[in-house]
Amino acid sequence: MLKKSRMTSGKFENIPKNMLFKNIHVVDNSQKLNGRKSVVLKNGKIEDILENPPDSFNGEIWEEEGLVLMPGLFDMHVHFREPGREDEETLETGSFTAANGGFTGVACMPNTEPAIDTQEVVSFICEETKEYLVDVYPVAAITKKREGKELAPIAEMVEAGAIAISDDGSPVMNAEIMRRALEYSKMFNIPILGHEEDSNLSKNRHMHEGYYSTKLGIQGIPSLSEEIMVARDIMLTEFTGGRFHVCHISSKGSVELVRQAKAKGLNVTCEVTPHHFTLTDEAVESYDTNTKMNPPLRSEEDRLGIIEGLKDGTIDVIATDHAPHSIEEKEAEYIYAPFGITGLETAVGLIISQLLNKKVLGLKDIYDRCVKMPREILNIEVPKIKSGELANLTLFNLKVNWIYKENFSFSKSQNTPFKEHTLSGKGVCVINNGKIFKSPSIQ
Amino acid sequence: MRFKDGHLLGLEYVDREDIDLILKTAASFREVLERPIKKVPTLQGKTVVNLFFENSTRTRISFELAEKRLSADSVNFSSSTSSVKKGETLLDTARNIEAMKIDMVVIRHQSPGAPNFLAENLDANIINAGDGAHEHPTQALLDMMTILEKHETIDGLRVAIIGDISHSRVALSNIHGLLKMGAKVTLCGPATLIPREIEKLGVDVCYHIDDVLSSVDVINVLRIQLERQEGGLFPSLREYHNYFGITKARLDKLAKPITIMHPGPINRGVEISSDVADSEHSLILNQVTNGVAIRMAVLYLLAGGENINA
Repeated sequence: MLKKSRMTSGKFENIPKNMLFKNIHVVDNSQKLNGRKSVVLKNGKIEDILENPPDSFNGEIWEEEGLVLMPGLFDMHVHFREPGREDEETLETGSFTAANGGFTGVACMPNTEPAIDTQEVVSFICEETKEYLVDVYPVAAITKKREGKELAPIAEMVEAGAIAISDDGSPVMNAEIMRRALEYSKMFNIPILGHEEDSNLSKNRHMHEGYYSTKLGIQGIPSLSEEIMVARDIMLTEFTGGRFHVCHISSKGSVELVRQAKAKGLNVTCEVTPHHFTLTDEAVESYDTNTKMNPPLRSEEDRLGIIEGLKDGTIDVIATDHAPHSIEEKEAEYIYAPFGITGLETAVGLIISQLLNKKVLGLKDIYDRCVKMPREILNIEVPKIKSGELANLTLFNLKVNWIYKENFSFSKSQNTPFKEHTLSGKGVCVINNGKIFKSPSIQ
Repeated sequence: MRFKDGHLLGLEYVDREDIDLILKTAASFREVLERPIKKVPTLQGKTVVNLFFENSTRTRISFELAEKRLSADSVNFSSSTSSVKKGETLLDTARNIEAMKIDMVVIRHQSPGAPNFLAENLDANIINAGDGAHEHPTQALLDMMTILEKHETIDGLRVAIIGDISHSRVALSNIHGLLKMGAKVTLCGPATLIPREIEKLGVDVCYHIDDVLSSVDVINVLRIQLERQEGGLFPSLREYHNYFGITKARLDKLAKPITIMHPGPINRGVEISSDVADSEHSLILNQVTNGVAIRMAVLYLLAGGENINA
């Protein structure tokens, strides 16, 4: 394994002894909190939740119009590229990027080089990140080398700290292997995070198949390539009694399939990325390779289906699929550029701009999609805003309108279609594991 | 309008007025091509790079000739493999060439949008000579110029484009150009080679060749590539020929003759039979001649030339 980069300029500071979040909006559904409160932290623990702020306070005070305090946001789908592509992101730079975006926990996907398909790699990630502010949980591969052929040592990897299995980036094309993986993973009560794509329908294709692919002359990936696999894996889940989670759902039809599976009472959940609820294939008209990701940006009809799925709770989780790529790789012809965009630092802004401000979701729903459900799916304890609890908190500001620029970012890669986009809402600071990270202010 | 921005990236970005101007200018250059001395000093001192990332003998020669007829200095860069595979990005290649102080880039590339990418990153005028299955604007312009040799106007004309629409840059450029000029456009080919939602561009789709032939004035027959059969998109070239091939027997059944075009190179006996390709109604060789005139017109206008008819 390569020695990792230490070039980051980020800093996790020790949390001040006394902190007061004064008269700000506090949300924690588990504590039935959704309104103005004052929260006192002492030595990294939540000391008190008060109706009215104390008359005097000796310590750090946060007080500003638009601030919201929630238990720490969790992104269950990131690519930190370590081991193997430390030029694009490392566990460390990825963690700063997550913190800067308002997340206190992430699950990192196994398509590294080598893949997270052995106990050693799982242990390496857990060991490297144990002192971080951001909790980093490895997702292990379903199959060896993510080739979809033979099961990886799942039990060993779970023992070492893997919280789920996935061949993310590639589908498990063989239904027999998927069936066995669902059966085997039942023993550990871990979910399979499914990258749903029939590669026969998607091979050598570069964007969503529809009007825009036709007009742009780019061979398209039909929504069907996802839907067929979602349907198959829901059937396998029903047959095996396993736990199945659809990664980065992108089509209206897939959302409907998950809706039906839930109505049947199956153990099926799903996530959506901010770019899939924000953009459509129309964005590809620019031929900007930062509009190229897998699954691709789909039609407006699909986007509206996703919005509907977020509203009615069919979509459980918002996850970024943060996928850093080097500028050399992305600054290429559209059909040669790799799939994937970064997402951690624009997520909160897109959630507030596209969902909260457009009344798709309320703050309570955002708590469910970004705090509670990702952790529940991964069997991770959900942090609470309750006196006596260790502080695991995200503070964000709803009222900040800002323009995303490269110099804001802590990521090693800048492959985002939201460069120079105006966003409403921004992470302000995160607290976890006795540490605090303050996002640079935007002026 | 990209044309007025100094580039010709595709006919989607060009308006009817500009298409008219190019066609008129090309008609004047066509006269030059009939002279004993086929050269004018119009682009003296200008340097054009022909950047070809894909094999294309005829389009490259056509551009080269157009450049030479206009007295431009031209250089060729050909690479059948992508620059990416050599480790150099397209942008690096293009920036290097631009650093040699050139004025125009003619680019042929496998990736749709490669000319748009260069236009955004270079100062030179960019001419798209075919980008993947996206556009091939000079081909569509020369097709329209050729139509005008037989027909007074394109407005109201019924034109069919026949063959592999899904993988054809010629089809898309023709669709944009013909629709802007007022033609009624019908696409015909196997359902596996007609891309989804193409009707939204304003064209009709029909899978039955005889119905199409009996209801149009002009057909533009596209080349069928063997690799499409290998990709499972149709069963065999024989079956393709039997159901979509343009044959004398099919044309003899029509009430009146129709104009026949093909962007070349033709697969005789596949999409078109030899007797049709060589018939008096076939304008295939006129297309080739007009290609040089159209490319001269585009180079001339992009270099800042005025309407030479004015």
